[in-house]
Amino acid sequence: MRSTRPMAIVEPMIVPRIAPHVRMRYDAARGQHVLLSPERIVVVNETATAVLELCDGTRSVEEIVTELRARYDEVSEDDVRHLLDELKAKHCVEVTDG
Amino acid sequence: MDSPYGLLAELTYACPLQCAYCSNPLALDEYREELTTQEWQRVITEAAELGVLQLHLSGGEPLQRRDIVELVQTASDLGLYTNLITSAIGLSERRAEQLREAGLDHVQISIQADQQNLSDQIAGVRSFERKREAANLVRRLGWPITLNVVLHQQNLDHIAGILEMAEDMGADRIELANTQYYGWAGLNRSGLMPSREQLRHAEEVVREARERVGDRMEIIYVIPDYYSRYPKPCMDGWASRQFTVTPNGDALPCPAAQSLPLPKANVREHSVAWIWQDSPLFNEYRGTDWMPEPCQSCDRKELDFGGCRCQAFALTGDASRTDPVCHLSPDHGLVETVVAEANDPARPSGATLTPRPHPRRLQPRTVTVPLTTAETSAPTSL
Repeated sequence: MRSTRPMAIVEPMIVPRIAPHVRMRYDAARGQHVLLSPERIVVVNETATAVLELCDGTRSVEEIVTELRARYDEVSEDDVRHLLDELKAKHCVEVTDG
Repeated sequence: MDSPYGLLAELTYACPLQCAYCSNPLALDEYREELTTQEWQRVITEAAELGVLQLHLSGGEPLQRRDIVELVQTASDLGLYTNLITSAIGLSERRAEQLREAGLDHVQISIQADQQNLSDQIAGVRSFERKREAANLVRRLGWPITLNVVLHQQNLDHIAGILEMAEDMGADRIELANTQYYGWAGLNRSGLMPSREQLRHAEEVVREARERVGDRMEIIYVIPDYYSRYPKPCMDGWASRQFTVTPNGDALPCPAAQSLPLPKANVREHSVAWIWQDSPLFNEYRGTDWMPEPCQSCDRKELDFGGCRCQAFALTGDASRTDPVCHLSPDHGLVETVVAEANDPARPSGATLTPRPHPRRLQPRTVTVPLTTAETSAPTSL
């Protein structure tokens, strides 16, 4: 029934998506992107925003990194995975097997 | 001063449930003249303009407002994250579909225990089965399931069963919130206060459950502050990040602040921006300058902000004192006495609790909402 299951770490083939109860939006009053959930607001910087915009539940971490590399110089896969791990621990991001 | 991030909109104090742990004010009848649809829409719009990102729709039971879908639509159009805090009574299939359509982001369903008898007994009304059905409906429409269980003496020993029930229901998240002693819960404190042994057991069960379920279900445990060494960082500081608007339009820096002897700030008389920035009520305990010792020289003053002003007032009669929950407070003995009574071996086993009554209520005129079948078949318990 569930499409998600716990993963120890975000591996390259894993497909991340923003959790269903979480929404990302631009906070115009403060000039920043935020992840909104019922009890939490997570401020995300520009890099994290670029990553999260690609977390649509279809792209794998590897594909996300490839896309980011086409747009930006020096994209570290480790950094992307670290960010997703952190957001997963905050229940803002969910992952599925690729 | 930053702008507020969250607005807790207490749309009505009408509620089909009669939970003795309710934190609504005792003087429920003072809130009969509820804001109209248009007034709430103005408040929501002004809040969004000020920087609010999250709107919590609560009460009482927010589904008792016939304009709930309209209000969600307004908030949603403004880009607000909308969270409905509900008993689920009144969440018909049609209503739920309308709310989904209007863009409601999240539903939090309260449930009182893991067994029908106990849950219905705590709620004061048959509601357990309807809540379970509502949870299924929520899942079917594509929302995650978040359950909220307020914990107290009567249900703490059921915590393992409660977590099991949540897992069986496929809950994505469960908030286990120890009772905060405001309003009706304050009145019923001696009967609701758990023992140290109950809490120790509950915390162990929660720890084990977290290990067992991992990421499958998020378990949020709100600690019982009477048993804590330091007070809770109430509202992350007075008028710092969020505010409440009561059914009659009173704006409050803490949901319990109607109890304080301070001048009112009502949205019928003032703009939300003026209330947030300039009202005497919102500036009374803003920042750290107001703090007495031991807070003023404490290196935790930016962590817990002196605790809760309303709890300080309820316990000492002076809202500007350190929250007596803090072990450094000169008034901490007041909390120790309550805790000692709760752990007295001679404590009577059956508690007498005063159920929160159904308030009398003046329905605001809402000419914009057409009468539909769903509206006319709304709960008639009021």
